[in-house]
Amino acid sequence: MKNSLNREIPDGLKPFQSSSDFRHQERRLIPEKSPVDQSLFYPSLEAAFLAMDIKPGMTLSFHHHLRSGDQVINQVGELISKYDIKGLTLAPSSIFPEYRLSDLIIRQNITQIVTSYLNGPVADTIAKGHLAGELIMQTHGGRARAIESGELAIDVAFLACPVVDKSGNGSGAYGKSACGTLGYACSDWRYAKKVILVSDTLVDKLDSYQLDHSHVDGVVMVDSIGDPAGIVAGTTKITRDPIGLKIAEDTATLLTELGVIRNGFSMQTGAGGTSLAVADAVKKVMLKNQVKGKFASGGITGYYVDMLNQGLFEHLYDVQCFDLEAVESYHKNKNHIGISASEYGNPFENKSAVDRLDFVILGATEIDLDFNVNVTTDAFGKIIGGSGGHADTAHGAKITIITSTLTKARIPIIREKVRTITTPGSDVDILVTERGIAINPLRTDLLEKLSHSRLKIMTIRELLDLTYAIAGKPKEIPSGKKRIGYLEYRDGSVIDSLYDSPLY
Amino acid sequence: MKTGVAGTKESNDALISVFESDMLEIEIQSIVDLMYHDQIEKVIRETLKEEHIQNIRVVCVDKGALDYTIRARLITALKRMKSDD
Amino acid sequence: MMQTADVFGADSVIFDLEDSVHINEKASARNLIKDYLLGHPVLPSKVILRVNAPDTADYSFDLQLLDTLKIDGIMLPKASEKSTKALAEMLKRKEESLGRQFDIIPIIELASSFLELKNIASVKGVTGLLLGGEDFCSDMEIKRTREGKELWFPRAELAIVSRALGIDAIDTPFADVNDDEGLTQDALMASSLGMTAKAAIHPRQIPLIHAVFSPSNDQILWAKNVLDAEKKASKNGLGVFSLDGKMIDQPIIKRARTIMQKAQRYEVGVPENEE
Repeated sequence: MKNSLNREIPDGLKPFQSSSDFRHQERRLIPEKSPVDQSLFYPSLEAAFLAMDIKPGMTLSFHHHLRSGDQVINQVGELISKYDIKGLTLAPSSIFPEYRLSDLIIRQNITQIVTSYLNGPVADTIAKGHLAGELIMQTHGGRARAIESGELAIDVAFLACPVVDKSGNGSGAYGKSACGTLGYACSDWRYAKKVILVSDTLVDKLDSYQLDHSHVDGVVMVDSIGDPAGIVAGTTKITRDPIGLKIAEDTATLLTELGVIRNGFSMQTGAGGTSLAVADAVKKVMLKNQVKGKFASGGITGYYVDMLNQGLFEHLYDVQCFDLEAVESYHKNKNHIGISASEYGNPFENKSAVDRLDFVILGATEIDLDFNVNVTTDAFGKIIGGSGGHADTAHGAKITIITSTLTKARIPIIREKVRTITTPGSDVDILVTERGIAINPLRTDLLEKLSHSRLKIMTIRELLDLTYAIAGKPKEIPSGKKRIGYLEYRDGSVIDSLYDSPLY
Repeated sequence: MKTGVAGTKESNDALISVFESDMLEIEIQSIVDLMYHDQIEKVIRETLKEEHIQNIRVVCVDKGALDYTIRARLITALKRMKSDD
Repeated sequence: MMQTADVFGADSVIFDLEDSVHINEKASARNLIKDYLLGHPVLPSKVILRVNAPDTADYSFDLQLLDTLKIDGIMLPKASEKSTKALAEMLKRKEESLGRQFDIIPIIELASSFLELKNIASVKGVTGLLLGGEDFCSDMEIKRTREGKELWFPRAELAIVSRALGIDAIDTPFADVNDDEGLTQDALMASSLGMTAKAAIHPRQIPLIHAVFSPSNDQILWAKNVLDAEKKASKNGLGVFSLDGKMIDQPIIKRARTIMQKAQRYEVGVPENEE
């Protein structure tokens, strides 16, 4: 069966129609889990694990706020292995290279995985075709929607929680493994059949918390939930690469020409070096023209914290803290507001952060002539990431800008067709590269506004031809033969399939 | 045996070594091998032809170099081999 | 880095075969530049080659790169009147056989070059002079500083001679690529003395240099008003007229024209008149 983007998808699943099709759909909500009288404190993770009576076929969920330092998913993984429970579905919001799940996949303890982002050994194990069932990749907002609608029914959520109090309330704001906001855990906490908080810091009473004890069935205190060095990465620095800086400068010029850096505007960029360079270039325009923005959102870094503290934004809406400065600010600054994944990007959420964005700056591993973007697989079919909030922000923001060099180590970024569609081209407006800027022809309004631009505006086809002239036309690499999973769009429809990599 | 080496293993460059041989051997190790192996080999063959060299062993360790870089590195390696006594 | 030389918006890009290339890598660098110039589909708007000094063996090999027909000019290190004339002579023959013109940009970096400055600058084909601050200071046995007071005189001298002969006065690069403020101050100092351009050693310096050397919005607006008023006045047969209470005569009109030409060169748009 093919969807509207002409991608082959598994029979029986809902095909992707369009990025705004959800407007014709009803929001479905399962009842929230009923309040728990009293959260039980278990003596060990093993005791809690056994008390949850985990059986084959169940779905276990996790969040990824402790990022590469997370020990909770690994500790639960050891218990799954010890009791050799087969046929589980694992639904962590993301999977990092440090998560030791490969053996569990190979031994079929885990047979299905639902997540928004993964790379490293687990991704490779799946791309080699070892997962018995399927890999289902969602967006951050789509995951929240899938949980609240019951499509992704979670039996037990094991939620790493940097600090808990004696009543069973939980927060990420401080503790020895502080990670800041717990935005990706909120839906699990609200809708999972059972919720276990796993913590390493206990206090008498928390004054404020994201996870209220009323949904918490159990609490486990362990020695350590994570390695602080892996939880918050070192402060991301603005790129020093002159090409990245040039792209960032041009992006800021473009935004200025479009007139979107004005009082009350809102923006989001990623946390990478080039994204921060764009933020820095935007900041310079704001200072020069004395502009004050409404908010910045997304994963938050110290760089945005500085902008908040300088009064350049009224608020930060933070779904995930990337560094210590962000964790600290989330803890102390009332204008640094933690939001749930649902408030961030659920298509059915009223006034979600992404829907209020004036513009978003995103990356791409591939972008095609229809502006479809791939951030899930690389040119060789290896799984190297996933949507995260890519498709959510691209749809919500009024202007979606992709920044990228034309090639990465000779490999063209612009392709005639992307290998995997993560984000549909109808939601992608502008591509900024070092040698030219392409505007999606659907956006006649932007083309009109930029008709006298002093930037080099070209068609995406011209940019592709230029890439071929510089790097040569690459040999096509066929896709794998075996389907290993699929990508769900925000509304749960299937936007593309995933295949094993021909590399293996 | 005479040899010549040119280039680096930095990104967008190639390290090319040439060795005297009584047959033509071209070895390519490239980070973009799946996409550009044929293209790299073509540039090496064309350059050897221009330099009127039939039998040689060429080892190209490629880090995403463009055609002109591979050509230039090969020509330099060949010159260095010639003056290697 | 070479393959992206075209993207940064420099007015010209200098490929160096002199100080930044180790003696054992000269031939290899020439091969690489040659294949780049002949094989890369997108090149900088103007390509300048800094060759090795005329008394080296590499000099004549370097000049063979002109045969690619992709080089617009030669930058000559430690220029003297004699070496500049010799280069001009050689280029004249090349120009005849290749059918194109080449710019000569002598680098003024020895005390002795200042004795011959106007003769060097007058050699046919010389389109600009580059001040080599680092070598100049070492030749003078003086310290090069961030503030650059020691370069006040050479800059002024070079700017005056260049202006008199209608060629570019190109300032020495600023060495600390992480010191944006220092670079801007340095460029402002050079510009205030009449230098018309500045060399960069890192792409990130280019926008900062352009910001100093390109005309400001106020200047462009002023020039536009002067030229508009001049058009009006000449319609009415007036040679001298007043604008905002100030007398406008020919030198001022000429200055306004120069600003507008510069604005065009830097692709700076004419700002809207604020009503």
